[in-house]
Amino acid sequence: MIIHAITFYTFSSVILISAFMVIAARNPVHSVLFLILAFFNGAGLFVLLGAEFLAMILVIVYVGAVAVLFLFVVMMLDIDFVQLREGFLSYLPVGALVGLVVLVELVLVVSQAGVDLSAVAIAAQPTPDVAVRSNTAALGDFLYTDFVYFFQTAGMILLVAMIGAIVLTLRHRPGVRRQVIADQVGRKREQGVEIVTVKPGQGL
Amino acid sequence: MLEIGLGHYLTVAAILFTLGILGIFINRKNVVIILMSIELMLLAVNINLVSFSVYLGDLVGQAFALFVLTVAAAEAAVGLAILVVYFRNRGNIGVEDINLMKG
Repeated sequence: MIIHAITFYTFSSVILISAFMVIAARNPVHSVLFLILAFFNGAGLFVLLGAEFLAMILVIVYVGAVAVLFLFVVMMLDIDFVQLREGFLSYLPVGALVGLVVLVELVLVVSQAGVDLSAVAIAAQPTPDVAVRSNTAALGDFLYTDFVYFFQTAGMILLVAMIGAIVLTLRHRPGVRRQVIADQVGRKREQGVEIVTVKPGQGL
Repeated sequence: MLEIGLGHYLTVAAILFTLGILGIFINRKNVVIILMSIELMLLAVNINLVSFSVYLGDLVGQAFALFVLTVAAAEAAVGLAILVVYFRNRGNIGVEDINLMKG
């Protein structure tokens, strides 16, 4: 139990500190790296909760894809980040006020109202015993059966996002020769072959 | 204190969400950091969903977290693509300069 508590406090303190560094770091590259650290510790919290599949998905999707995408964009864009940081301190009071209000509200909800765990009895997909069925298998059991339409919709969302990102960033630079298959296929004999009558003894 | 319960996880998620909101407020000029703050808030939401799912013994919460993850990834991809195109056209991504539509 003590190990559990120590692990929880380690993960949550690192996640909170790195989240703070994400929003406070001077250099956006550091922000992205702290974001990656936060996601790793979030995955640790998920493992602690017993949601191994989501923990691994978090590492693969966020650290492997989203955070690297952020890193690429931050490094690719040639932006004066110092100029973007102007007014940081002038926004701080109102930001801190809003943050404090939200935090107090959320903590009050958690601490005062408490959580009625009697809803366990009406669980839509009761969690099977880990010894019998692992977390990943149990998720797959209903994700591909009862939730198959939601699953397909998620795939469709990813497809649309992928095509959207490609269409947005694709550009046709002038002066770059690219393959146009229609032109190749539609080529006529007249465009390719020229018959030259060469007179004897003259050459071309 | 040593007995870690649902409340502990919810508190961490609440603080993380607040940090995300704070990030949006204090980095009003930098779109990249705003997008990262949104990712932080979505992570907080995911922690909430998973901890409720585990403590209520209902796996649907984890499936929902999976879908939130999907949408977050899509949002990041499209958001950053828009950012790259905007930078290519204007040469700068300051939020206060984004006023082409006079909205």
